[in-house]
Amino acid sequence: MAPKEVLKDRSMLLQKEMLAKHFARLEKAPENHEPVVYTFVPGNLTELIRSFGALPVLPEINALQSGMRKLSGDYIAEAERAGHSEDVCAYVKCDIGMAKSGNISPAGTKLPKPDLLLLSYTGCYTFMKWFELLREEYDCPTVFFHVPYQGDGRLEPEHREYMIRQLREEVIPALERVTGRAYDEERLRENLARAARTEEDLSAVLQSAKHKPSPIDGYFGTVYYVGPIFSAFRGTEEGAEYYRTLREEVEARVAAGLGPIVPDGSLDEQRYRLVVEGPPSWTHFRDFWKMFTDEKAVVVASTYTKVGGTYDFGFRHDPSDPLGTMADYCSGCYTNLNLPSRVEMISRYIREYEADGFVINSIKSCNSFSAGQLMILREVEKRTGVPGAFIESDLVDPRYFSNANIKNRLESYFQMIESRRQGASAATHVAPIVAGAA
Amino acid sequence: MRTAVVDWARELYEDLDFTAVHRWLADHPGAKAGGYLPVYVPREILHACGFLPVGIHGGGDRLEIIRGDAFYQSYICHLPRSVIELAQSGRLSMLSAVLFPSTCDVIRNLSGMWKLLYPDVYVRYIDVPQVSQPEAAVAFYETELRHLVDDLGAVSGHAPSDDDLRRSIALYNEMRGVVRELYRTRRERPWDLPTEELYLLLRAGEVVPAEEFIAQARRYLAAVDADRRRPRDNSRVVIGGAFCEQPPIGLIKSIERAGCYVVDDDFVLGTRFLTSDVPLADDPLHALAHAFVHTETRTSVLYERDPQRKRRLMQERVQAAGAEGVIFAAPSFCDPALLDQPMLRNGAEAAGLPCIAFKYSENSGQFQQFREQAGTFADSLKLWAGGPA
Repeated sequence: MAPKEVLKDRSMLLQKEMLAKHFARLEKAPENHEPVVYTFVPGNLTELIRSFGALPVLPEINALQSGMRKLSGDYIAEAERAGHSEDVCAYVKCDIGMAKSGNISPAGTKLPKPDLLLLSYTGCYTFMKWFELLREEYDCPTVFFHVPYQGDGRLEPEHREYMIRQLREEVIPALERVTGRAYDEERLRENLARAARTEEDLSAVLQSAKHKPSPIDGYFGTVYYVGPIFSAFRGTEEGAEYYRTLREEVEARVAAGLGPIVPDGSLDEQRYRLVVEGPPSWTHFRDFWKMFTDEKAVVVASTYTKVGGTYDFGFRHDPSDPLGTMADYCSGCYTNLNLPSRVEMISRYIREYEADGFVINSIKSCNSFSAGQLMILREVEKRTGVPGAFIESDLVDPRYFSNANIKNRLESYFQMIESRRQGASAATHVAPIVAGAA
Repeated sequence: MRTAVVDWARELYEDLDFTAVHRWLADHPGAKAGGYLPVYVPREILHACGFLPVGIHGGGDRLEIIRGDAFYQSYICHLPRSVIELAQSGRLSMLSAVLFPSTCDVIRNLSGMWKLLYPDVYVRYIDVPQVSQPEAAVAFYETELRHLVDDLGAVSGHAPSDDDLRRSIALYNEMRGVVRELYRTRRERPWDLPTEELYLLLRAGEVVPAEEFIAQARRYLAAVDADRRRPRDNSRVVIGGAFCEQPPIGLIKSIERAGCYVVDDDFVLGTRFLTSDVPLADDPLHALAHAFVHTETRTSVLYERDPQRKRRLMQERVQAAGAEGVIFAAPSFCDPALLDQPMLRNGAEAAGLPCIAFKYSENSGQFQQFREQAGTFADSLKLWAGGPA
């Protein structure tokens, strides 16, 4: 029997090519005198970094890719041998272990040392310690950008001013020092304008999941879709092209009544529409995804894919207010939202995307996401009347993924949705919520 | 006298019904009680707005967790589940406001849970400035404090004047001064002032009016002076990492009984977060913000701008306390303490300081292993004494 053909969209190939080029460019950055800035996904200032001709490196992206390529277990073990606790964030340990093991990127290329650590402190306490730890590894300049947490569920005007002041007085001067270039606001505006167009395209892609069948998987598939905008390409020509292409592909699938490309082909028949809260388990990503697709479950929206920006709720970078818009962006990232706002977001997704249920993937080593998720579970169920499932795993620590446990729990959950659906059908004669065609 | 004060403190520490707070509220009709989580909040502001500040430090090893475990996965530290247990059992229902400082993501997220669980209680997450420019940091924190004063004044019905705030600051300056005196005495004569007793006093100070704590602490210091004891051949240690979830008292006793004099620690750190008196002549909120930004306290909950300072931190603490070694005692799953520990320990060991580390939980019930570890450590410090640094 001939091997099954793996379906690849043009956007997938485009993304692969972009990332390969980026890592190759990073490897040659020292000899080409291109400055390198390490920063984080939530609250990333890619347009600003790029306006100085610098290249961004995202440690979380490296960690998750190491997880997907089965490298993270050894890196974590290396970090734990160096004294890091088994209790703390596995991303941090994977990154530290990778640095101690030669700093070879998941693409197999050598990663350059940072010229600057730009710590955008956006909704995750661990970021602060992560960069203190990286500073010990690299002994390079560090600039701290403090994004106040939305404790009361909104961005306060004085918090916005505080962030703008930091950008003007600390972040930009630090970038000027390490790149040797002057701040070029026109260049930044151009990047921001491109970012806004990109965000428009991504938003259309995310919202396409309101169709039935959904043409995308809003979690497993969308972590690929957000890759370029979360990593190094927001505000770039390549990024803009990628999202134009992706949008065209998704719109074509909508028109044809097709579902997304999943590990075993195209998921056109969709039995369950779900919302997912929490990051995926990267070490067992494909197995995890298949637990959903085997049951013909499609994820229509997820919160993790909003850690790098909440574009589907309308945020667009505004080139007419370059510093203010970066402050707005950072403040609105999912990690920076308080618990009631998170509950409201998930509830909205369930209502607006007509979901049958929601799944919380609770991450052992991520307190920012996980602390309070059992409360989220109850509160969302109360507000929407939709049942939730709670499973536990880890980001990139393979020791904490129990295939059988998670599979059992998900299977029971799908059976529960099914029996509720049949009960509702018997009582009210309503049609099944999800059909296989548009 | 010493026994009477310690008994007073122990009774308050053990009372998870907060009887003293209820009594105070009954004696002060119309007044309110305001809670706060670790590590630091400016209690002066609660006081000036007419609240009795009440420290919420969980239930330690004295509370069976029934409801709290339904809110937290097994891989979250113990403190929030016992705080929720206290709240869900009605023991914190006398609090009209609860403040959640920027300590870690768990306490931060607990603020959101409180908003959902107790919509009638005033809840505020208090962010802290993490920027390198002191002026920007002070301006940010001052604005946060002004919000807090306005909100708490609205809750209590008493919007404090600047003079009210100054009076409260003066009172808490006095309280911090007494705490410094307790710590100085212990550092100089740890055989006279056991850490178990000091810790109970600090915890008592979290639930009674500042004036009452100050009076009792002075009485205790006088008793310590009158009751001189004979030094033992114990080892002098600094304990680091226990700034949020507090260790059970049995753990502190075990370390002392194993042959250690604790000469510096970060238990109930909020009581001495500000390291000098807050000036009374300035705008009071500006003065409080300035004192916070310029404090000498170095803790894992704040960003350390100076990498050298981070590496030197334990060495500085050991030298200041005249200690011989460091015990890193961190709560399980505590991000701030455990993420910091490799950096702090590397710095300490590079300076030739002996270290040990263990994890605990506020409800740890078995102390034998801690006692054995601490005892072996104390013995080894004596054996190493005079050796190469």
